[in-house]
Amino acid sequence: MEISVEINGTSHTSDVEPRTLLVHFIRDAAGLTGTNIGCDTSSCGACTVHFNGEAVKSCTMLAVQADGQSVTTIEGLANGDQMHPMQQAFMNCHALQCGYCTPGMVMASVSLLDEIPDPTEDQVREGLEGNLCRCTGYHNIVKAVLSAAGGGQ
Amino acid sequence: MIPVAFDYIRASSADEALAALGEHGDEAKLMAGGHSLLPMMKLRLAYPSVIVDIGRLSDLSYVNDGGDHLAIGALTRHRDVEINEMVQEHAPLLAMATAHVGDPQVRHRGTIGGSLAHADAAGDHPSALLALGGSVVATSASGDERVIDGTDLFTGFLESSLEPTEMITEIRIPKHTGQGWNFQKFNRRAQDWAIVGVSAQRSNGSAKVALVNMHPTPIRATAVEEALAGGASAAEAADQAAVGMEPSGDLNASVEYRSHLARVLTRRALEAAGIS
Ligand SMILES: Cc1cc2nc3c(=O)[nH]c(=O)nc-3n(C[C@H](O)[C@H](O)[C@H](O)COP(=O)(O)OP(=O)(O)OC[C@H]3O[C@@H](n4cnc5c(N)ncnc54)[C@H](O)[C@@H]3O)c2cc1C
Ligand code: FES
Ligand code: FES
Repeated sequence: MEISVEINGTSHTSDVEPRTLLVHFIRDAAGLTGTNIGCDTSSCGACTVHFNGEAVKSCTMLAVQADGQSVTTIEGLANGDQMHPMQQAFMNCHALQCGYCTPGMVMASVSLLDEIPDPTEDQVREGLEGNLCRCTGYHNIVKAVLSAAGGGQ
Repeated sequence: MIPVAFDYIRASSADEALAALGEHGDEAKLMAGGHSLLPMMKLRLAYPSVIVDIGRLSDLSYVNDGGDHLAIGALTRHRDVEINEMVQEHAPLLAMATAHVGDPQVRHRGTIGGSLAHADAAGDHPSALLALGGSVVATSASGDERVIDGTDLFTGFLESSLEPTEMITEIRIPKHTGQGWNFQKFNRRAQDWAIVGVSAQRSNGSAKVALVNMHPTPIRATAVEEALAGGASAAEAADQAAVGMEPSGDLNASVEYRSHLARVLTRRALEAAGIS
């Protein structure tokens, strides 16, 4: 089935089997490998992208469900050489170690602030409950999100 | 993990979806948010040969004031239920239970109709539907509509009284404005399914209580309700929470531990609902 998905503002058209997962379309058909696959069972959040502006797990969507719709991946956040404020906050707060969870974590965090622009620490922790990190212990991730919410202070 | 190959039909109306179900019968499965069905297909526990995608039926995503009840479109996503002001005012138990479903990513995709049709004893929505005395509207390929009371919906393990050619189009929740209510969910990690959960709803002197993951089906705790009706205190009534239940034991909890949790969580839920 031929589908077109707008990813980071560019339309990607490809002939896919209906059973193709969205994350495979993003990585293999569009060649955008910033989105990682961790658990492949909708638990870890490594594959989080924005679907029509909201965080979703792309391992738990079919590519055909995204036909004609818009997806943003981690590659689509920065403005040229200028990092997105959330990426900058992750960097400033040392919110990553191995970095495997980071693309999903950043996408989930941006979506969280879209819904709750000025969250409490508890709201950040709850809002990121769908994203697992095996390295950082989460504290610096939470700090980064709070700092991005406060305009990077 | 990749599902078994299937044919994909994207429905642009409920009629189209029902016609496809009528044509393909048992071979076909509706896909709403896909957040129960797709994980099962990836694990190859489900392998429908036709998927009828109803995810774009935005005319079935709504919360309307139906007078004495709220009418909620089957395709309304968890997120939209959770933050809806009418739900928060007239059925706050449903808003609270919905906020406990999975994580934000899951709530951006999963739908209330999908949760109820999936009929999972471990699901949070079925217990809220039962405690609120709600019902669902099922529409069939021939266009007939019938209202199924929540108590008649869940018939077995992951089984409902829906026919293969029927789809849930609407959920009806009687208004419970200004009454006591509470939802309790015990799990080991954030985002997890309930090991045990409890929905409790008080309304003008009586109370309904329903349990999550304490039986092969979502279930009302009738022994608790009867004890309360007979004048028992919340603590005495909660002692009856595991009566008649047949929970299973698994990695997370033995049967005894689940039964203990049911009693403790029911007491907490009743007390938080203002029943002493
Ligand atoms: C990581 C993860 C964590 C989760 N945690 C929880 C949790 O804590 N608590 C909880 O309650 N749920 C949880 N869920 C499940 C989630 O709530 C699902 O969204 C929900 O169970 C199914 O809704 P859906 O719209 O995705 O349905 P789908 O997966 O699309 O469909 C489920 C079933 O219902 C049928 N169906 C769908 N819509 C209709 C309809 N309108 N009429 C008739 N049949 C229909 C389908 O054919 C299928 O058999 C979790 C899911 C995931 C992936
Ligand atoms: S890879 Fe999708 S949630 Fe883990
Ligand atoms: S930084 Fe390694 S998993 Fe999060």
